[in-house]
Amino acid sequence: MSILIDSNTKVIVQGLTGKTGSFHTNQALEYFGTQMVAGTHPRKAGENWTADNGAALPIYANAADAKDATGANASVIYVPPAGAAAAIEEAIDAEIPLIVCITEGVPVLDMVRVKAKLDKSNSRLIGPNCPGLLTPEQCKIGIMPGKIFKKGSVGVVSRSGTLTYEAVYQTSVEGLGQTSAVGIGGDPVKGTEFIDVLEMFLADDETESIVMIGEIGGSAEEEAAQFLIDEAKKGRKKPMVGFIAGRTAPKGRTMGHAGAIVSGGKGDAESKVAAMEAAGIKVSPSPARLGKTMVEVLKG
Amino acid sequence: MNIHEYQAKAVLKEFGAPVADGVPILTLDDVQTAIDTLPGPLWVVKSQIHAGGRGKGKFVEAAAGEKGGVRLAFSKDEVMEHAKAMLGNHLVTAQTSAEGKQVNRLYVEDGADIATELYLSLLVDRETGRPAFVASTEGGMDIEAVAHDTPEKILTLPIDPAEGVTEAAAAQLCDALALDGAAREDGMKLFPILYKAFTEKDMSMLEINPLIVMESGNLRVLDAKVSFDGNALFRHPDIMELRDTTEEDEKEIEASEWDLAYIALDGTIGCMVNGAGLAMATMDIIKLYGEEPANFCDVGGGANAEKVAAAFKIIMKDPAVKGILVNIFGGIMKCDVIAEGVIQAVKETSLAVPLVVRLEGTNVEKGKAILAESGMNIIPADDLDDAAQKIVAAVKGA
Repeated sequence: MSILIDSNTKVIVQGLTGKTGSFHTNQALEYFGTQMVAGTHPRKAGENWTADNGAALPIYANAADAKDATGANASVIYVPPAGAAAAIEEAIDAEIPLIVCITEGVPVLDMVRVKAKLDKSNSRLIGPNCPGLLTPEQCKIGIMPGKIFKKGSVGVVSRSGTLTYEAVYQTSVEGLGQTSAVGIGGDPVKGTEFIDVLEMFLADDETESIVMIGEIGGSAEEEAAQFLIDEAKKGRKKPMVGFIAGRTAPKGRTMGHAGAIVSGGKGDAESKVAAMEAAGIKVSPSPARLGKTMVEVLKG
Repeated sequence: MNIHEYQAKAVLKEFGAPVADGVPILTLDDVQTAIDTLPGPLWVVKSQIHAGGRGKGKFVEAAAGEKGGVRLAFSKDEVMEHAKAMLGNHLVTAQTSAEGKQVNRLYVEDGADIATELYLSLLVDRETGRPAFVASTEGGMDIEAVAHDTPEKILTLPIDPAEGVTEAAAAQLCDALALDGAAREDGMKLFPILYKAFTEKDMSMLEINPLIVMESGNLRVLDAKVSFDGNALFRHPDIMELRDTTEEDEKEIEASEWDLAYIALDGTIGCMVNGAGLAMATMDIIKLYGEEPANFCDVGGGANAEKVAAAFKIIMKDPAVKGILVNIFGGIMKCDVIAEGVIQAVKETSLAVPLVVRLEGTNVEKGKAILAESGMNIIPADDLDDAAQKIVAAVKGA
């Protein structure tokens, strides 16, 4: 099993015809034949986009048309920041079950508006400002490098794109592999939080252990830790390794990710590490030892 | 992006918030205008720097006197005296470095008779994903300390963006601030005004500390601190004009021109990394092996060779840098592009400190080959652990 996406997932691309959308759609098609089925562009409906491998993807005027024509159940968004929120709203209106927004730099008040709409819908949004998600040898949505993945037993969830790659790479090197990896994104207001993904990994039979990577800012890690403590009381528990980025970050500065800021006496690394350890997560002080730490945890 | 208090008050005034009359001072010539415009009998002369704690701050220069960065004047002559004492000198506060910040601007304001000091702010609450008011009767104090010691004195009130500030929400805020009479009437008007300013101008923070009830019974915004969402500035050219680059680190300004996320720090190892999380983690692992990072630098997802070269040059401008660690895990970024940028930069800067490069991800073989074939003195690393150990060893050996 896997979470959220598998070989049956059919994906449309909002922003397919741009440079980033084209590059990563080619990469996805190359990755075990991920079903990339169509693209959208308001003025290019009726045209085709041709992939490097010769495949032709039809372009539709909007997400609803693309979904109706192809039966797609997921959308990935590579639209520039100023139009990204409108693209997400278009996908919500089209009732696409899974929406993945890669775009970095979406204004936070745009996301406030999107989140209010999302809460009243049946769609799930991953991101924005995220690398997407991947289920090894089945489906790749987003920008994660497929080569570092290996089919296996670890579930990976992270606020950081490149640290997701570290966790994936290291668990592959150790021979463990992954069931799925999900980058939830580095923005303060986003579609999916740690708790949502942890719930899915706990429920997934093939996921035997979990790597969770947080960073400074907000209190999502503390909330996730409380969730894990509550679930453990019900007998739901899996071995976990964690990491928190930003122990050396100065207070009051936004560290690249809009959400990575220690402010108002909240969001520092120490309190997150303490909360995660209290929930039974083995927190690695080094981002280079996530895989090795998981091997040690599994040995007991 | 941060702006000065006087600019923040001008923005809030546009929306109809009650602020005192005031005159910004950029040169001593402006002081006369302030004296002519503002009737007195009480004036407040306030240092304008992008840091809090100005009132309790202290100037480095003896000529500035013992008083802090906010001074009361009871005569027109005294306004001039204070302006002369403060302008151009360096103010040290709890939020600045020990060297302080040069006071290049002042703000002269009509004084007010304060009956009560309150705290009010607006921010985006991450837990609810909504704008939220934070209100407390404990004004004029460090709100973090209030939150820690007496959390029951703080109300956090998220606002549904579909509804805005309802009568009920405004009343709840009035109650939390214990407002009655004229102050309550002012409050019922003020909260929707502040919410409108916050959302229309894409603010990330709007803090009024203190909001005061005057002896007259009316409310006034006595201090205002506003920062804007950098990602939304493209739709606010008027706000962009308020940027004061003299308040920012020179390297950080240059980095922003290249759309790089760069933050200057105090250590010796320069870092160039893709991705904010990995950039923070790279700083953390340098510290773990006993050295300190000289900067945070995220070159982002869409970097080309020129951007990488620019990042490299900015890092090299810091004289404290004794070594550089390039750590790239390519997802959006292609390793061969990074490699070409690094080589271009090494050539252009005639690099004199050790350089460790770790590449992984998309087109990694191409990238490694480009570095190896360059014939340059670049120390390759296989993984993050290896990279951190190699750069720390190289800097310590130097």
